Amino acid sequence: MKEAKIKIRDLTLFYGEKMALNSINIEIPGNEVTAFIGPSGCGKSTFLRSLNRMNDLIPNVRIKGEVLVDSLNIYEKQIDVVNLRKKIGMVFQKSNPFTKSIFENVAYGPRINGIRDRKKLNEIVETSLKKAFIWEEVKDRLHDSAMGLSGGQQQRMCIARALAVNPEIILMDEPASALDPISTAKIEELIFELKKNYTIVIVTHNMQQAARVSDLTAFFYLGELIEYGKTKKIFTSPDKKQTEDYITGRFG
Amino acid sequence: MNRKTRITGTLFIGTTAFSAFLIIAVIIILLVVIVIGGKDTFSWKFLTSFPQDGMMKGGIFPAIYGTALLVLIMSVAAVPFGTITAIYLTEYASEKSILAQTIRFAVRTLATVPSIIFGLFGLGFFIKFVGGEMDSVFLGGQLKWGQPNILWASLTMALLTLPVVIVSVEEAIRAVPREMREASLALGATKWETIRRIVIPGSRSGIMTGTILAISRGAGEVAPILFTGAAYYLASLPTSLSDQFMNLGYHIYIMATQSANVDQTLPIQFATTLVLLMLTFMLNLTAVIIRSRLRRKAK
Repeated sequence: MKEAKIKIRDLTLFYGEKMALNSINIEIPGNEVTAFIGPSGCGKSTFLRSLNRMNDLIPNVRIKGEVLVDSLNIYEKQIDVVNLRKKIGMVFQKSNPFTKSIFENVAYGPRINGIRDRKKLNEIVETSLKKAFIWEEVKDRLHDSAMGLSGGQQQRMCIARALAVNPEIILMDEPASALDPISTAKIEELIFELKKNYTIVIVTHNMQQAARVSDLTAFFYLGELIEYGKTKKIFTSPDKKQTEDYITGRFG
Repeated sequence: MNRKTRITGTLFIGTTAFSAFLIIAVIIILLVVIVIGGKDTFSWKFLTSFPQDGMMKGGIFPAIYGTALLVLIMSVAAVPFGTITAIYLTEYASEKSILAQTIRFAVRTLATVPSIIFGLFGLGFFIKFVGGEMDSVFLGGQLKWGQPNILWASLTMALLTLPVVIVSVEEAIRAVPREMREASLALGATKWETIRRIVIPGSRSGIMTGTILAISRGAGEVAPILFTGAAYYLASLPTSLSDQFMNLGYHIYIMATQSANVDQTLPIQFATTLVLLMLTFMLNLTAVIIRSRLRRKAK
C-alpha cells in the first residue's frame, strides 16, 4: 500500500443524540481511488463530509477523534477551514452549477483565491475543463449559462470547477448516481485518469462502479467500518460475512 | 343525502359565491366611478403642468414629481438597510437566538403599527430631535433641518416600508439552493464570499420585488408624510433635501377637504386618484410577475 494521505483515528460523530459514526479508523493512501460502500444511512456520506469539514455547516453535529491530512489534524482549532477546503475538493451527488456561465463557474475558485489576470484565468479554465474531459464539448460556448448543459456535462463541469483550485484530494459523493450509463462511463473514465495526480475518495451506491474504479474499498454498516482492503479482495474473498452478504446482494 | 343537508349545502355554496362576487363588485364599482369621474380631466397636459387658479384648474405635475422623489429617496434608504437586515437574519443569526427573535418580533410589530404613528414618530425623532440638533450644532440655531422636508418624509416612509423589504429579501435568500452554497464553500470560499457572490446575486429578483412593493406602498401612504414634509401647494419643484414637496395622495386629501370649492375640483380629484391607482397597480403587477418568476426558478 502507498503511503497514507489521510489517516482517520477514532472518529465518532453525533447528530444531536444519535451516533452516526462509531470510532472509525482508516488510512487512505495517496494517488489511489478509495471507495466507500454500504447501504443507505450507513454513514458513508457523513464520513466523506467530515474529511473536508462540510459537517461543520450542520447544526448539532459533534465530532470526536482525529482526521490527519498529511499528518495535520484538520479538527485542530488553529486549522483554517477555508484553506483546508481549497486543498480538498468536493463533487456532490446532484450536480450543482452556479447560475453563471461555464467560464465563471470554473473561474469561481481561482477568483476567490485572488486571481484577476484574465490570461491566467483563461488558462486555468481551459486546463481544468480539459482535465475533466469536457473542453471539446463546451469550448465554443464558455460564456453560455452552465444551466444549459446536460446532467452529465454539468457534473463534469463541476469536477473541472473543483480541479481549478488545484486540490490534492477530491471527495466524490455519489457523483454518477443521477446520470445515465453513458455519462456514468465518462465519469468513471475520468476518475481513472485523475488518480494519477489526485487522491480520490468516492462514495457510491453502485457496487459494480466501486469494483470498476477503485483500488481500495471500505464497507460501512450502521455507522461502523466493517471491512477495508484491496477492492479485488473485498469483492472476491471478503473476511467478514456481513461484507459478503452485502456484496452478493443478500441485503442492503 | 336528505333534503335538509342538500339545502344547507346549496345555501353554503351560495353564500361563499356571493362573498367572492361582492369583492369583485367593489373593485369594479371603484374603478368605474374613478374612471368616469376622471377621464375628461385626465390628459397629457394634466400630467405635465402645474396647478392653476388656486388649484381649481391645471395639472398635478409637482405632485407626481414629489411622489417620485419621495419613493426614490425612501428606496435608497430602505432597500440596502432591509437587505442587510434580511441577510443577517437568514445567514448569520441562529433561528433560536434571542437577538434574532427580537428582530423578527420588531419587524412584525413595525408592519402592524398604524401609519399615522410613523408620521408622529418622524415629527418627533427626525424633525425635532435629529433636525433640531443638526441646526443647533452646525447652523448655530438657524432653522433649516428642524422643519418638515422631503428627506425626513422619505426616511419616515422608509421605516414604514422596511418590513416589506425585509420579508421579500428573506424569502428570496431562502430560495437560493443549499447545494449552491455548499459548492461555493467546498471551493474554499468563506461565508461572506459565498453570500456576496452566490446568495445576493441569486436573490436579485427578490430584492427587486421587495423594492417595488415598498415603492407601491410608499407611493400611496399619506399619514407618514402629513407632518414630515408634504406641502399643500408649492410654486416650484423641490431642489434640495431640505425642501418640502407635493404628493399625489396628500393632494387628493387637500383637494377633497381644504379646497375653496370642493365640488368644482371633483374632476381633478378623480383624475389624480386615477393616476395614483394606475401607478400603484402597475408597480404591484410588476412585483407579482417578478415574484412568480422567482418562485418558478426556485423549484
